[in-house]
Amino acid sequence: MAALSVAERLSAVGTANALELRGVTRLFGALAALTDVTLTVRPGERRAVLGSNGAGKTTLFNCITGDFPSTSGTIRFFGEDVTHFPPHERIRRGLRRTYQISALFTGLSVIDNVYLACRGVSRGRFSLIRPSRNDALMNSAENLVQAVHLTAVKDQLVAELSHGQQRQLEIALALAGAPRFILFDEPAAGLSPTERAELIVILTSLPPHIGYIVIEHDMDVALRVVESVTMMHNGRIFKEGRPEEIESDPEVQELYLGGGHG
Amino acid sequence: MAMVEAARTDATRPEGWSLAATFQAHPALWLLAAFMLVLPAFASNFVLIEIFGWAMILGMIALSLMFLAGYGGMVSLVQMTVAGCAGYMVAIFGTSVMTDISLGWPWWVGVPLAIVIAVIFGTLSGVLSVRTEGIYTIMITLAIASAFYYFTLQNYTIFNGFSGFNAVRTPVAFGVDWRSPVPFYYLILFWAVLAYLVVVYVSRTPFGLALQGTRDNARRMAALGFNVTAHRVAAYAFAALIAAIAGVLLVWHGGQISPGTAGVGPVIDILIIAVVGGMSRPIGAFIGAIIYVILRTFALDALVAVGLDGKRFQLLIGLGFLLIVLFSPDGILGLWARWRARQRNNDRRA
Repeated sequence: MAALSVAERLSAVGTANALELRGVTRLFGALAALTDVTLTVRPGERRAVLGSNGAGKTTLFNCITGDFPSTSGTIRFFGEDVTHFPPHERIRRGLRRTYQISALFTGLSVIDNVYLACRGVSRGRFSLIRPSRNDALMNSAENLVQAVHLTAVKDQLVAELSHGQQRQLEIALALAGAPRFILFDEPAAGLSPTERAELIVILTSLPPHIGYIVIEHDMDVALRVVESVTMMHNGRIFKEGRPEEIESDPEVQELYLGGGHG
Repeated sequence: MAMVEAARTDATRPEGWSLAATFQAHPALWLLAAFMLVLPAFASNFVLIEIFGWAMILGMIALSLMFLAGYGGMVSLVQMTVAGCAGYMVAIFGTSVMTDISLGWPWWVGVPLAIVIAVIFGTLSGVLSVRTEGIYTIMITLAIASAFYYFTLQNYTIFNGFSGFNAVRTPVAFGVDWRSPVPFYYLILFWAVLAYLVVVYVSRTPFGLALQGTRDNARRMAALGFNVTAHRVAAYAFAALIAAIAGVLLVWHGGQISPGTAGVGPVIDILIIAVVGGMSRPIGAFIGAIIYVILRTFALDALVAVGLDGKRFQLLIGLGFLLIVLFSPDGILGLWARWRARQRNNDRRA
C-alpha cells in the first residue's frame, strides 16, 4: 500500500474528486465485464448508472469497493490510490455500498446488524466488552434504525423481516459512521410504490456533502435523485450527461427502448 | 454446512447482561448449579471424576468447537489436538515418569507456558484454515490433527513416541492436593463454568457479534469495514484458549498423555459431542459430552447385560449419534426446542 503522508492526504481531501477511475478493466476469464472504464465523480455529486442487464453496472461497484479487484487500471478515492486496498480498508476511508440482493446478517437482530455496521467503521472491532445501555455507537445505531423506520422491529431477527424492511435495513447499514460516498445497487428493487416514495425521501435528504452513485432501473426513482447520468453498455461507458440530456438522446433511446419504438 | 445450525443469541435479550438475568430466564439453571455444587456430598469418586469430571473436560473442548462452528461457521477438527498439545506441554515442562524428557518445572511456570504454546498452535492452525470454507476447513484441520498425531507417534526426543508420558502428576498448590477427587472435581467445575459463562458473554460483545456476522455474510462484513480474516484468526485463538485449559485438565485427569489422546478417533468424538448436543447454544457442548461419557462408560455393561458382545459398544454410540442427527439436525438442543414449541402450542389450544 502506497502510504501518503498526512499533508498529502489532507491536501488531497480538499481538491480531489470523490472517485476517479482510470482505464479500469475487469476480466472474468475471457469475458470482459468492464473494459477501460474512466469515470470521475466530484465530492457530493449524485449520479445514476443506467444500462441493460449485463452492462457491467454491478461489476463497476464491485471494482470500486474491492469486492472483486479490478484486473487493470487505477481507482482513486478522494485522491488516494485505493486500487490495491482490500474492501475493508476502502470502507474505513468513507466508502459505502448496498447490495442488489440484500446481504444482511440473518441470524442477528436488526439492531445488532446496524450496530455491527457502526462498529465496523470505528475502533474496537475486537472489543470484548459488551456495549452498555448508553454506549455512543449503540445510540447511533438506534438513530439509524429510526431513520429507516425500523424501530418497531429492532429486536427481531433479520430473517423474519419483510422484503421491504430488509431493503431499508440494507440502506441503514450503508449510512453507518461518517460516509463520504455511497454506492446504491438497485435500492428500489422489489419495493412497493409507498416504499419507493420513502426511499426517494431518504436519498434526497442525505447531507449534501455525501455523494452517491445509484444503479436503478426505475427511471422515475433514478432521475429524481441524481444530477448526472452515466449510461453503460457491454462493459463500457456509453454516454454521460445531465438526466434530461440522456433522456432525450436518440442513441440512448435506441439502446434502452429498442430500435424502431422511439 | 447444513448440520451446523446457526447459533442464535437471544433476540429478546435483556438490556445489558447479567448473571442474574440469565438465571431468571432459566430457573432450571439454579437446580443445575445446586446439583453440581453438592454432588461431592453423595456421589462416589468414580461418578465425580470419571463421569462428571471427564464430561466437563470434553465439554470444554466441544465448547471451543461450538464457538468456532456455531458463531463463526468454521468446523474445526483441530480443537482436540490443541488440547492434546497443551497436555503434552504440561507433561514435558512438569514431572512424569520420563525423567529424561520432563523438565520438572513448577506448575506455575509449566502450565501457563503450556497454554501459551497450545494457543499459538491453535492460532496458527486458524491462519492456515480461515481462507477455506465448509468441507475444506474440515479437511485442512483434520490434516493438521493427523499430522500432530503422527508427529507425536514418531518423535521420541520430545514426545516419547508411542508410549507418551505416564504418571503426570496433578500439582499440590495453595495447600490443596488437587489430585484428590473432590478438589479436582471443583477445579474442573470452576473452569468449565467459567468457560461457559465467558462464551455466553463474548457472544454478545462486538467481537462475538462480528464473528456471527462473518458466519452469516463474510463479504458484507468486509463491506462494513471488518477485516474478516483477522477476525476469524482471533476466533481460533480464543477457542484455542478454552481447548488448551481443557487440555491441561485432561492430562491431569488421566495422569498420562500419548498420541492416542488426540488421535483421529478422539478428534471425531469431539465433533460428535458438539453435534449431538447441538451447536446453537454453548450449553449443547456439555449436554453432548455427558451423553457421550455415559454411553462410553456404560454401553459395554449394557450390551453384556442383554447378552451381546461387549466389544460392540462403539456400535451403540454410533447408533445413538445416527438417531439424534436423523431426528434433529440441531442435536439435543433442537429436540428440546421442538418439545418446548409443542408444549406452548398445546397450552394455547387448551
